[in-house]
Amino acid sequence: MSEENNNVHGTIVKVSGPLVVAKGMNGARMFDVVKVSDKKLTGEIIELAGDTASIQVYEETSGIGAGEPVYSTGIPLSVELAPGLISSIYDGIQRPLNLLKEVAGDYITRGIEVPGIDHEKKWTFKPLVSVGDEVFSGDFLGEVEETVTVLHKVMVPVGTQGKVKDIKEGDFNVTDTIAVIETEDGDKEVAMLQKWPIRDPRPVKEKLVPKEPLITGQRVIDTFFPIVKGGAGCVPGPFGAGKTVIQHQLAKWADADIVVFIGCGERGNEMTDVLMEFPELKDPRSGEPLMKRTVLIANTSNMPVAAREASIYTGITIAEYYRDMGFKVALMADSTSRWAEALREVSGRLAEMPGEEGYPAYLGSRTASFYERAGKVECLSSKGREGSLTVVGAVSPPGGDLSEPVTQNTLRVTKVFWGLDAALAYKRHFPAINWLTSYSLYLDDIKGYLAKEAGEDFPDLQSEAMKILQHEAELEEIVRLVGIDALSPKEQLVLNTAKSIREDFLHQNAFDDVDTYSSIKKQYLMMKAILTFHNKGVDVLEKGADLKDLLKLPVLEKIGRSKMTPEDKLDELEAMVAKAASEPESVTLK
Amino acid sequence: MLKEYKTVKEITGPLVIVEGVSDVKYEELVDIELQDGSKRRGRVLEVDGDKAVIQLFEETRGISVEGTKAKFLGKTMELPVSEEMLGRVFDGSGRPKDKGPKIIPEKKLDINGAPLNPYARDYPNDFIQTGVSTIDGMNTLVRGQKLPIFSGSGLPHAELAAMIARQAKVTKPGEKDGDGGEFAVVFGAMGITFAESEFFINEFRKTGAIERATLFVNLADDPVVERIILPRLALTAAEYLAFEKGMHVLVILTDLTNYCEALREVSAARKEVPGRRGYPGYLYTDLATLYERAGRIKGKPGSITQIPILSMPEDDKTHPIPDLTGYITEGQIMLSRELHNKGIFPPIDVLPSLSRLKDKGIGEGKTREDHSGVLNQLFAAYARGKDAKELAVILGEAALSDADKKFAKFADEFENRFVRQKSDEDRSIIETLTLGWELMSILPESELKRVKEEQIKKYLPSAKKEEKKIEKVEEEEKEKELV
Repeated sequence: MSEENNNVHGTIVKVSGPLVVAKGMNGARMFDVVKVSDKKLTGEIIELAGDTASIQVYEETSGIGAGEPVYSTGIPLSVELAPGLISSIYDGIQRPLNLLKEVAGDYITRGIEVPGIDHEKKWTFKPLVSVGDEVFSGDFLGEVEETVTVLHKVMVPVGTQGKVKDIKEGDFNVTDTIAVIETEDGDKEVAMLQKWPIRDPRPVKEKLVPKEPLITGQRVIDTFFPIVKGGAGCVPGPFGAGKTVIQHQLAKWADADIVVFIGCGERGNEMTDVLMEFPELKDPRSGEPLMKRTVLIANTSNMPVAAREASIYTGITIAEYYRDMGFKVALMADSTSRWAEALREVSGRLAEMPGEEGYPAYLGSRTASFYERAGKVECLSSKGREGSLTVVGAVSPPGGDLSEPVTQNTLRVTKVFWGLDAALAYKRHFPAINWLTSYSLYLDDIKGYLAKEAGEDFPDLQSEAMKILQHEAELEEIVRLVGIDALSPKEQLVLNTAKSIREDFLHQNAFDDVDTYSSIKKQYLMMKAILTFHNKGVDVLEKGADLKDLLKLPVLEKIGRSKMTPEDKLDELEAMVAKAASEPESVTLK
Repeated sequence: MLKEYKTVKEITGPLVIVEGVSDVKYEELVDIELQDGSKRRGRVLEVDGDKAVIQLFEETRGISVEGTKAKFLGKTMELPVSEEMLGRVFDGSGRPKDKGPKIIPEKKLDINGAPLNPYARDYPNDFIQTGVSTIDGMNTLVRGQKLPIFSGSGLPHAELAAMIARQAKVTKPGEKDGDGGEFAVVFGAMGITFAESEFFINEFRKTGAIERATLFVNLADDPVVERIILPRLALTAAEYLAFEKGMHVLVILTDLTNYCEALREVSAARKEVPGRRGYPGYLYTDLATLYERAGRIKGKPGSITQIPILSMPEDDKTHPIPDLTGYITEGQIMLSRELHNKGIFPPIDVLPSLSRLKDKGIGEGKTREDHSGVLNQLFAAYARGKDAKELAVILGEAALSDADKKFAKFADEFENRFVRQKSDEDRSIIETLTLGWELMSILPESELKRVKEEQIKKYLPSAKKEEKKIEKVEEEEKEKELV
């Protein structure tokens, strides 16, 4: 960030949509932020050739022409990190939308500069070190109560280490000096505010293997295709299959400390839904509004395309910052296809040689480096501290065709695949996650955890239920060919149980107050009842009972309505499990 | 001082390239003056050094490299707006087409509009009653939504759109008529036939809606490139009426497929790297700048509801145009050739149709508390009924289980009574829901898992009867006791 870079200024020679080319940019560096024309539009250098720089501009370029000036700021595109991030709503380049509205009105006009974080607000800083302490990068200097649920830690900036020379206590704004650290290169003043370039991952001490599931309260996910804290998942699906609802559900109910939600090229009205709903919804664990643990990034589909490209990096940098404090962070990006398309659009205008379907050849490496920023880590610090960052990306494959490049590149680097199925969505089976094509490679890693938390036989129930669903798919083929009467009573019972698993367990209504969230315990009991009934049923069928009698038993009705059982009445479900075991015995044997 | 250049170097398709220019801005308007003195309008698509690429809104026929003058106007394209626009017809460049006088503008607005800050948006949750059961009951439309009709050539999308435009109103439960809010229709026609355009104009005239309508019409034989500008003119007019004049505006755009084809033509002329099927890579972004101009703004009374119509080439919804549209709009109404061939109007196939905003627009206080249960049940039952019918085709009806036979019957009745309605039949939401319950009574009660028990008791005709029977029996018994 040397001084002379601030003096770099060139002249525009070409304007083509979000791409501007400027001459006379000697000394400019790749990915430095520039201000374009006297309207001061924000842009970023993405290609340099001699003194010519190609710039992607984050704002509308209409009315910009050749001959206008371009100034380099000499700084790469960065976000501001400090207390005040939580509950914020940003656009793709960390401009708070509420401030934009105050400055510019209902529409987003150009060239507005607003700080990402309120520089005036005072925070009560409580020191955690004392004068004379030896501190390293990432160590806590102190803490600030950012919201009721988030205790924000102020860390020693990356690259700084030494002896604490001075540490303050009291109310400060984010730019005030709160500590002085004596380093080898002299004294360094530290404020709460740090800046970090969005395209660089924040450093960690070590990456760890994740073992603990991220509980989402969504039955099909937690039971069949779980994701771990620190894992990466992918939700591809055609439009109307419910990607966005799943992403919203995860943002609402996942048991993470901090949630970063990136609406990347999303619908404006949907984003408004999130903006209006999150402050109303209560976090099931703390009872506080969900917004108090959430950072929202909203770059709707009609906002400038280049800012959409930046938005996922802005989001993940903020997420990493909280991970470094030792929080469990979950990040949802909806949808990464829009990010890839933004990449393609800019690449096309740069006249780069296109790869598959017009996407640039570096799509795969960019996708991989984004998802690799997820993980469970030992944070940078002299004391042991663990944090995790879970990333779930939605993909919108054109025509629902999963062989397209964005989906394929994403699948290569994520370990969970929730394949959404249009046919299920048409039947209004939501979440429309297809149980036959989806997978989770974390299933084995977390067996121990589930057995301990839910019930010892949970992993067995899970695999048994899966077997029944697969068996159903085979039997359906037969039914299609020769009719249901060709099946033995036992096989017909399999069909019935599979139907029960599908309709009573997998089907979950996100818009119902009770059904929207199921604890692991509730999931266990529901599954247990279904399978207990099935196994007992098989027993009595073998002894000669009539299938029709079996299917008339009242407990089936109970199982059918069990998803509506509130969390504080789980004993009802335990009674149901007992009934599922006893009632089949009462069927008269021939 | 406006500069004029005589340095036209190249003309390809709708593009004119002028060299040796200076101080030209991206998206700036240009007047091209031909040798014979006639003028054509265009805009700057790209500035590259001293070269400007201009896209004409009209034909390039007759333009010569020599003797043609290009005048850069120093402003981007604007639409003069005023309330006088209601009841008028304009062409694709915003000039009056109905022999009426010129509009005296109240102000001029940039036709590209600026993106609406999501923070300033208000969530659409006012139920619009269209009188069409398959829309009101199953894929509910709300104020501020963008809900396209996915159609195919030869399907009656125009009739359906006209029906919606004619009947749409906002009702509260218990009220008979819609609330007073001023409404307006903005109609944008891109490359449709004269007959189709006349159909709409006559429809509007017949119902008197023409007084409250602004029409922008580009017919099939009008300049292709105008189609790129036309929806932006229509939406600018709609924004003015909605957010400055407080009206509830219904925007009907037809046919988006022609718009995308015009876009492809320009992209090809610029030799851009094509995306899928030759459409430009930025088709998604470009469509989003149109569709996203629907919505409501906090603290402002008006709203823009969009019903774009597009015809799917070969009825293929994975074609880039319907596909990208579906990713931007809040659902879709899908027309089905199969239903149309059966003679059912409106031929809406409810299964692949969807309204993403319905959940906030229905239920207690909006329509009726059982609405969400009913629609889920009807969806599930119709899907199962169709499966059963398919099975019956292969195996014969006898192979179906008793329950499946009932579902198959349900599917037929559903198409014949629920989907089918006359083009002037305005069903209230209560009528639609009652019809839904009537159809559900075909099914065994134990299969009605998506509706709540108390609602079954309250609304299901057969359950209601039983309850009455029980009551009667009880009463009789009481009477006996008294005797």
